[in-house]
Amino acid sequence: MSYLSIEGLSKSYGDVTVLHGVNLSIEQGEFISLLGPSGCGKTTTLQMIAGFIDPSNGDIRLQGQSLLGRPPAQRGLGMVFQSYALFVHMTVRENIEFGLQMRGVSRAERARQVSQSLELVQLGAHGDKFPRDLSGGQRQRVALARALIIKPPLLLLDEPLSNLDAKLRHDMQTELRSIQRQVGTTTIMVTHDQDEALAMSDRVALLDRGRIVRFDKPNHLYDDPGSHFAADFIGRANLLDGEIVLRGGQRQFVCGSGSLALDAELPCGRATFSLRPERIDLVEDPAAVLNGKVVGCMFKGNCWLVTVMTELGVLQVMRANRGQVAVLPGAQVGLSWEPSALRHVASASELPTTHFGGGR
Amino acid sequence: MSHSSVLTPRRRAFEFSSRALLLLLPACLLFIALLAIPMLMTGELSLHGFNSATSDVLATRSWHNYDRVLFDPYYQTIFLRTLGLALAVTVGTVVLGVPEAYIIFRMRPRWRAFFLIMTLAPLLISAVVRTLGWSILLSQNGIVSTTLVWLGLIDGNAQMLFSFWAVVVVLIHALVPLVILSVWTSLQGIDPQSCNAALSLGAGPMTVWRRIVLPQVLPGVLSGSLMTFALSASAFATPALIGGRRVKVAATAAYDEFLNTLNWPVGATIAVLLLLLNLLVIGVYGKLVERRIQRRLGR
Repeated sequence: MSYLSIEGLSKSYGDVTVLHGVNLSIEQGEFISLLGPSGCGKTTTLQMIAGFIDPSNGDIRLQGQSLLGRPPAQRGLGMVFQSYALFVHMTVRENIEFGLQMRGVSRAERARQVSQSLELVQLGAHGDKFPRDLSGGQRQRVALARALIIKPPLLLLDEPLSNLDAKLRHDMQTELRSIQRQVGTTTIMVTHDQDEALAMSDRVALLDRGRIVRFDKPNHLYDDPGSHFAADFIGRANLLDGEIVLRGGQRQFVCGSGSLALDAELPCGRATFSLRPERIDLVEDPAAVLNGKVVGCMFKGNCWLVTVMTELGVLQVMRANRGQVAVLPGAQVGLSWEPSALRHVASASELPTTHFGGGR
Repeated sequence: MSHSSVLTPRRRAFEFSSRALLLLLPACLLFIALLAIPMLMTGELSLHGFNSATSDVLATRSWHNYDRVLFDPYYQTIFLRTLGLALAVTVGTVVLGVPEAYIIFRMRPRWRAFFLIMTLAPLLISAVVRTLGWSILLSQNGIVSTTLVWLGLIDGNAQMLFSFWAVVVVLIHALVPLVILSVWTSLQGIDPQSCNAALSLGAGPMTVWRRIVLPQVLPGVLSGSLMTFALSASAFATPALIGGRRVKVAATAAYDEFLNTLNWPVGATIAVLLLLLNLLVIGVYGKLVERRIQRRLGR
């Protein structure tokens, strides 16, 4: 029996179904991300767990008990909102204290817990300030402290970092995760930022148009995306659409005007493969799996992003910056990769999608 | 923290150029000619003596009229009634208007537009028409009296029109839109998620209203109630038509002095005292509430 189980959760507004029978099992203490493009139903799912939206179908069970039919106030879940939703007319201390007041905790005990919680989020010196006097990151921490002080069985984060600038967002990712580890609260975070989801989560649920297409550990999800949509949405991928044929006892993948030898036992017919740019190496001719001509080279600081025209089509290659000279457009290069880097994914036609990869 | 008023947002100091002054000139002249000069003349008039035998304004100046109006029980009653009326109307509009604004605000957009127009309707109708409508409703064989008699709550001879509470009811109807509008503006400034946050922390809907919504709409309540107080203390048409001779307030008393008794100096005295009363109450109340709000909301 898992800690939180979501069974066949659906939501329709009239004829429009925004969520189609979502199933999720989450273990105690896990940090889960609901990741997907806008309109994929991730926020709707979170709002249904919190109790702000009633599902059309399905069940949400926390430690075996259904949450449905209970108003948000009785679910006792901690929630951090995208806008932080701090009470602007209350000081930081009063904001954090609010949940304890609602539970009738004595004044002395409240004061003790609030100072403890202020220390946890490193706001010890700001307790008597009003939210308007705090920076974005500090407000974020107040919102987190306010949600955690009621010791919720579940912490819900709705795009918690999307209002912060890039540098601060990165710092808060680390901090948020370390606080979560300290208190050990099972957490569900909604985000559209795949970096954030990969960096922070124990497991990521990838949603596409109201369905969970994948629920897995971040590295599994990245290395073996499994679907065209996942390969394209998570990170950068060269997506190769082609056909698997049998030529003289050898399976070959025909794509564009070229072909690749395959080791794997895959059925013949149309297929799509994903190849991550950082898994491709630029090598000298004899070792190359494939040859091509450089058509572009973009400097990204930590790496070069090289665009190579090959027989298979245009491929993006990521080359770590170790002080090499830039590859000039027009140069002939050899490409090579380990066989495991080439991943078969369910093609776009099997899972209809409007997203098409940059590698086509 | 700046000490600017809650009612006027903080702004960058404005540099007056000669062109700006030129543009301001027509408005200034209008105010000087139609407001400042008549006010000064009223103030001056209130100091003159009056010969009741000949109905002449005397050239002598003294504080005699103030002495008379302030210490005569007849005028004291009128001023106390005016104050009571304004307070009752203010309390009534706030008690009705604040929840009403919130309820309408939380409605679906379509109903919201409909009910908002319905509540603002009193502002769109001429004061005289609105008041006459009420006098038909409240008259002895009007619908309100008939219903109450039928229910056995009052007997057939009771007079609803020309009573203090009738004036209060009609003024509340006329002025409640002002409270709703100013509370509405404050409601729009509240992050709707903060109500959800309070719910998720274990607050019931009433607690959310009391602890989250109400403190944040206080500036709107303050400005709405100040407008209501000032307008009901100086209201003329409603007390005159609904209250009649029996419910005399400061504004109708001043009118009677000017046009019936022809004692202009006493009429002017009443007008000046009404203005001072208004300024005093608004100033003291405004400052008290404003200080509280400023500390909390930083506005």
